[in-house]
Amino acid sequence: MNKCVERLYNGLIKENPTFVLTLGMCPTLAVTTSAINGIGMGLSSTVVLVMSNLMISLLRKVIPDGVRMPAFIVIVASFVTMVQFLMQGYLPDLYESLGIYIPLIVVNCIILGRAEAYASKNSVLPSVFDGLGMGLGFTAAITILGAVRELLGAGTILSTGSSALVDFSKMGYTPASIFILAPGAFFVLAMCIAVMNRIKKKHGMAPAQVPDYTQDGPCASCSNTMCSGKAAASTADKKQN
Amino acid sequence: MSIPGVSKKINTAAGMGGAVIGVITISSLICSLIYDFILTPLDLTYLNTIVFILVIAALVQFVEMFLKKTSPALYEALGVYLPLITTNCAVLGIALTNVQNGYNLIESVVAGFGTAVGFTIAIVIMAGIRERIEFNDIPENFRGMPIVLLTAGLMAIAFFGFSGIL
Repeated sequence: MNKCVERLYNGLIKENPTFVLTLGMCPTLAVTTSAINGIGMGLSSTVVLVMSNLMISLLRKVIPDGVRMPAFIVIVASFVTMVQFLMQGYLPDLYESLGIYIPLIVVNCIILGRAEAYASKNSVLPSVFDGLGMGLGFTAAITILGAVRELLGAGTILSTGSSALVDFSKMGYTPASIFILAPGAFFVLAMCIAVMNRIKKKHGMAPAQVPDYTQDGPCASCSNTMCSGKAAASTADKKQN
Repeated sequence: MSIPGVSKKINTAAGMGGAVIGVITISSLICSLIYDFILTPLDLTYLNTIVFILVIAALVQFVEMFLKKTSPALYEALGVYLPLITTNCAVLGIALTNVQNGYNLIESVVAGFGTAVGFTIAIVIMAGIRERIEFNDIPENFRGMPIVLLTAGLMAIAFFGFSGIL
């Protein structure tokens, strides 16, 4: 049981996929225009992550090594398609506002990364908790980003489109709409990572790295061959030899 | 989003851009063909995400093998970037948007090409800026990822100028 708790802590804090590993930037930047969108995206990714980790861990001895990446992609894409149709049926509003980013969960680095780095090597229960921890860490991070952008850019807290919990724009606050456009996403994420860097420095930890896919770097120690960095690094090695 | 990963040097950024233009254009073409002539007649359009990602992964492999055989020089130049492209969400994103917007074959290819050229312009400019700020005196907590993101944010504001929002 300890291992499961450790996995949750790992995903939420120690290796938070957004603030520490800076993975899965595409949905992080694109859908966090409001806290509700962040929660919706985070939870759908969590469901996919838990289910695909479960399935891949169950099948880890059956899938031949040579074709494991296509096999993982098919498993992940199947769950994404299921989530997409469930959402379209039961949460049409959220489905509308997340749009193209629901099917794009397939190419979220976090999911294939966990499949390759953890689920394909560990037993079922820890894999499920690993997926849960990473998913919740991702959800927490993008909900925070969404909440900040929504507060600055629309002046609301937990707005659902038609009604909001608190609406500062009715109390004389002029929303800075740049924050719900693309530049706002970059600025808010930059500030969040800078704050995390400061906290981590106080505790003597290394700051967030910029992934450099074209050289050996933090990627070299990662075993996710799908996440391009590794593939590129190994191609580069071959060229040198 | 692979922008921070490949935008450290102008050369690498331009190489990646070239590879992305090729792959996105071809994948738009093939995904559009498969959707119109296989998935639609068979009523399997709900499988589009699964089919497209497999097509893209296979295509990238195939392009890599093809270049290796036919044009070793081009392979030398672009080979490193090809495996990176499968997980670039722009490739799958374009294939899916083409279908959602109901583009025909030619429209899909043009949309794919245009997006890829836009991506290339963005990463090359970004790499240029990053080469310049590399030795600047940046506050310690902002070094690395945060300053890259701030740069991208400022560039995004500039690009909004083209659509006339600001």
